[in-house]
Amino acid sequence: MSDPFVRVRGLKIGATVYPPGEKPHDIEIVHGVDFDLQKGQVLGLIGESGAGKSTIGLATMAYGRGGVEITGGEVWVNGRDILQSGLRDVRQLRGAEVTYVSQSAAASFNPAKKIMEQVTEAAIRHNKFSRREAEERAVALFTKLGLPDPENIGNRYPHQVSGGQLQRCMTALALCPEPDLVVFDEPTTALDVTTQIDVLAAIKEAIRDTGVAALYITHDLAVVAQVSDRIMVLRMGDMVECGPTDQIINAPQQEYTQALVSVRSIKHAEQEPTTEPVLTVRDITARYPGTRYDVLRDVNVDLHPGQTLAVVGESGSGKSTLARVITGLLPPSGGSIDFAGRRLSPTLAGRSLEDLRELQMIYQMADTAMNPRQTVGTIIGRPLEFYFGLKGREKQKRIQELLDEIELGDGFQDRYPAELSGGQKQRVCIARALAAKPKIIICDEVTSALDPLVADGILKLLLELQKIEGVAYLFITHDLATVRAIADSIAVMYQGKVQRYGGKTEVLSPPFDDYTDLLLSSVPEMKLGWLEDVIAHRKMESAGN
Amino acid sequence: MGQVATLLAQRIALSLLLLFLVSILIFVGTIILPGDVAQSILGQSATPEALANLRAELGLNDPPLTRYFAWLGGILQGDLGTALTSGQDIATSIGTRLGNTLFLAFWAAVVAVPLAIFLGLLAVRYRDRWPDKLISAVTLASISIPEFLIGYLLMYFISVRLGWFPSVAMTNDSMGFWDKLNAIALPVMVLTLVVLAHMMRMTRAAILNVMQSAYIETAELKGLSGLDVIRKHAFPNAIAPIVNVVMLNLAYLVVGVVVIEVVFVYPGMGQYLVDHVSKRDVPVVQACGLIFAAVYIGLNMVADIVSILSNPRLRHPK
Amino acid sequence: MKNIPVSALIGLFFTGLYFLAAVFAPLLAPYGMAEIVGDVWEPASDQFLLGTDNIGRDLLSRMIYGGRTTIFIATAATIISFVTGSVLGLLAAVSGGWVDQVLSRFVDLIMSIPTLIFALVVLSVMPVTVPVLILVMGLLDSTRVYRLARAVAVDIEVMDYVEAARLRGEKMGWIIFREILPNALSPLVAELGLRFIFAVLFVSTLSFLGLGVQPPEADWGGIVKENKEGIVYGIPAALIPAVAIATLAISVNLVADWVLNRTTSLKGGRG
Repeated sequence: MSDPFVRVRGLKIGATVYPPGEKPHDIEIVHGVDFDLQKGQVLGLIGESGAGKSTIGLATMAYGRGGVEITGGEVWVNGRDILQSGLRDVRQLRGAEVTYVSQSAAASFNPAKKIMEQVTEAAIRHNKFSRREAEERAVALFTKLGLPDPENIGNRYPHQVSGGQLQRCMTALALCPEPDLVVFDEPTTALDVTTQIDVLAAIKEAIRDTGVAALYITHDLAVVAQVSDRIMVLRMGDMVECGPTDQIINAPQQEYTQALVSVRSIKHAEQEPTTEPVLTVRDITARYPGTRYDVLRDVNVDLHPGQTLAVVGESGSGKSTLARVITGLLPPSGGSIDFAGRRLSPTLAGRSLEDLRELQMIYQMADTAMNPRQTVGTIIGRPLEFYFGLKGREKQKRIQELLDEIELGDGFQDRYPAELSGGQKQRVCIARALAAKPKIIICDEVTSALDPLVADGILKLLLELQKIEGVAYLFITHDLATVRAIADSIAVMYQGKVQRYGGKTEVLSPPFDDYTDLLLSSVPEMKLGWLEDVIAHRKMESAGN
Repeated sequence: MGQVATLLAQRIALSLLLLFLVSILIFVGTIILPGDVAQSILGQSATPEALANLRAELGLNDPPLTRYFAWLGGILQGDLGTALTSGQDIATSIGTRLGNTLFLAFWAAVVAVPLAIFLGLLAVRYRDRWPDKLISAVTLASISIPEFLIGYLLMYFISVRLGWFPSVAMTNDSMGFWDKLNAIALPVMVLTLVVLAHMMRMTRAAILNVMQSAYIETAELKGLSGLDVIRKHAFPNAIAPIVNVVMLNLAYLVVGVVVIEVVFVYPGMGQYLVDHVSKRDVPVVQACGLIFAAVYIGLNMVADIVSILSNPRLRHPK
Repeated sequence: MKNIPVSALIGLFFTGLYFLAAVFAPLLAPYGMAEIVGDVWEPASDQFLLGTDNIGRDLLSRMIYGGRTTIFIATAATIISFVTGSVLGLLAAVSGGWVDQVLSRFVDLIMSIPTLIFALVVLSVMPVTVPVLILVMGLLDSTRVYRLARAVAVDIEVMDYVEAARLRGEKMGWIIFREILPNALSPLVAELGLRFIFAVLFVSTLSFLGLGVQPPEADWGGIVKENKEGIVYGIPAALIPAVAIATLAISVNLVADWVLNRTTSLKGGRG
């Protein structure tokens, strides 16, 4: 085999951190990583947040973001160690030999310039193409990437196209100068699943057709399995395992990789509704004050005691608005809600303390859901004091019981939220909700900000607690894997309406309506060739119609 | 362009409304407060007859609404009334003085604006190194130092000790252009120092804000040179915030002028205002107050208009 | 009390010195405030440590008494501006709706006139006495505190933990004092320092313009005014009170900076 196109040896990366009130100091975030990449090959870098994957990706362009600095090792690209090259040489490399696609195209495009100018800039700057050639090439790429009106889309400004389209424009920007390597940094993470699959397919096709090598960085193993030839698993700045995609997915060697692959292995059998529903939502229609558009239209769902109703949909489907209506934060313009046999007042102010206590909520961002100036003890203790009048020893005892229930144990009462990890924070929020002894807990995307393994732990805990406490969950999420894991019944929402509603098995079994079919088939599966299958299937169907 | 035009019209209308409300506030402020103009002109020992006569003469016995509209109507026609103390026409006195003040503020701006932007860029270029630290230290000091201290320090050391420039900035129409410039050299220096640090720091913040955007990273990863990154990508986005900074500081400068004119005995609006506040000459104070407020509101409006015009989302709607 | 940076120590030292001198002025001043004890503008000597002023009063004594006046007025004005501004600002943020609209638009209006110009307009018809000065300065400046308090509180208002408290059924008092205020405190405390500095500069400027503290009472701005004629003859007496104003302001600034850094770095600080 010829010399690899990219050869990284002992790469060490450090950063300066500025903790408030302490002296700034240096920490190491990547502790010596090695890998090779052949021309035309795709290497997937996968890991949880803080694994150092983006940092490694940018190191192939000799670039450190913010206070990040490459402290040691070698990065050979096209036969030279770019860490030893001067800034001039590195600039010759950036944008010509190696290009970059970021997670947020919306932020990465200059808002003051037209798309075409930005897509062709690097190619022209590096004298790879004349302006005319570069623009022709850009249009060809726009066409290949499936952008609408490829001839003219370049004349628009970034804010004039949608997020998914802009992400494809960013891919065109990276491919336009005919680079040897493209670094894709979570290019589909910010997109909805149904958009993600198209962008993913477009990227994969473009990589294949241009024969470019790629580093594909993501936290989603199912996604990376679709596009990579090889996968490298990273954890906290160290390589865990590296091998062909097939081996990593089907025969992972390391325990950590095995855990990543088997994530979402929770099996929760659907329960049949046994008694009267605890929550009945009837014909709810709602709009935000000052707008003329109904974000919810005639929504009807039931939630049975001790069970889980998953409300699933993409951004803008109205799923979070439903939560606001049920909690009373947004009074509906029509319809009614019955809770535990009584009619709920549409406004928060009109509800009894009993109503408030029995309907608790857990948020997506545990960080902002807890007052940073209160200790864990105060946070969990307040509902005990407020609803049950518990004081002193009794309150302490109950707080400790709750902490034991969420598997945190001793020594957490006096800690502040800032001293907890992401998963621990979410557990404390769960304990706060449980402290009120509620009948229902509304869980609004409670796992989507967490790394997969941590999220799994939270889901297991929630199911465990449901068995013990008999609490019902209204689980709002965009993630179908989560839905499969925990739901008893499911409501699929689309553009403010309930598109499909029923027991889990029923909702997830054919025949489907078009939207549910699209949604379900768009969720990446940890299976080689899944992407091709879906695309082929869709092409066949549209040809059939 | 429809949306932009609407926004601009709204912003201009807002400024006019604000100016109208300010005129009410200034007028009301000078009549409902517990002071009595006639009493303060004539002093505590005035006889009741003298007071009554003066009140009638000043129109103080008319209902406030009538007086307000008479006053406002006059202003709209360029008639600012007559000064109580000297009996002179206020518009005439203000005419030359406003010119002098604008002359002073203009030269201060000519020196301060480019200097501040240059130093702000320097601070960004050498971020967290000594030039940047020096600039933040100077800023800290400069917001803590009264304007008149800077004035007297320069006067004491440059004018009195070194004898370079005149210590008072007397100007009159017979003076040539260079003589005038020589006369106002010190006040210009002081005003520059007064606004410089502020403008520098705000410029630094504005540019840093742009430089930390993801699209600057994109430009760097395209292999553009440092200069091209700034020229092609940072500058078009930084221009609006910088113009904003400049306008806000010019507004600040207009106020700084008041004190500096007193320090250097410069025949401008500021000194005119201060003199007549001590003499309790209400019509003059009202007129000056309104003019200062109008300049201030106007500069703030220009700042907002520049932001609206330079926003690509507004210029190129979907 | 270890780990105090040098800059904060210097700030604390001078701030303390000036405040102590203000409190114990009658004990410290070698001569009476308005007592004529020497020649006009005598240079510094053993007898008159800072020399004498424009009519032969001891400058050091006058500085000490003047500092007392300046600090008293500035402190009182700061308290007024702070209490008014933060109470109204928090109220506007938490109640929202028309309360917020009315208060905020009124503050916008006041702030569209430069503070100094507004103060001059008002003082042209009001009797210039110390209580009037304090009130005018305090109220005008409270607009800035209002804006900050409102902005900070609105940011905190939208946090999920405040929503969680509302959903729990907490009353307005708990939400303001237990959820919002603890998190708004550090920017507000830093602002307290800035407002005090502004008040010192403001009263000094007014007195310097002859529209603040009236003779024979003196504050530092007034002493500058009395001695400003000397500058032209090379007599630096006017610079001394001006330097005192600057050092007081810088010291308070250094302390405020440190307080801001310290409170944000507390366990559980924001950021």
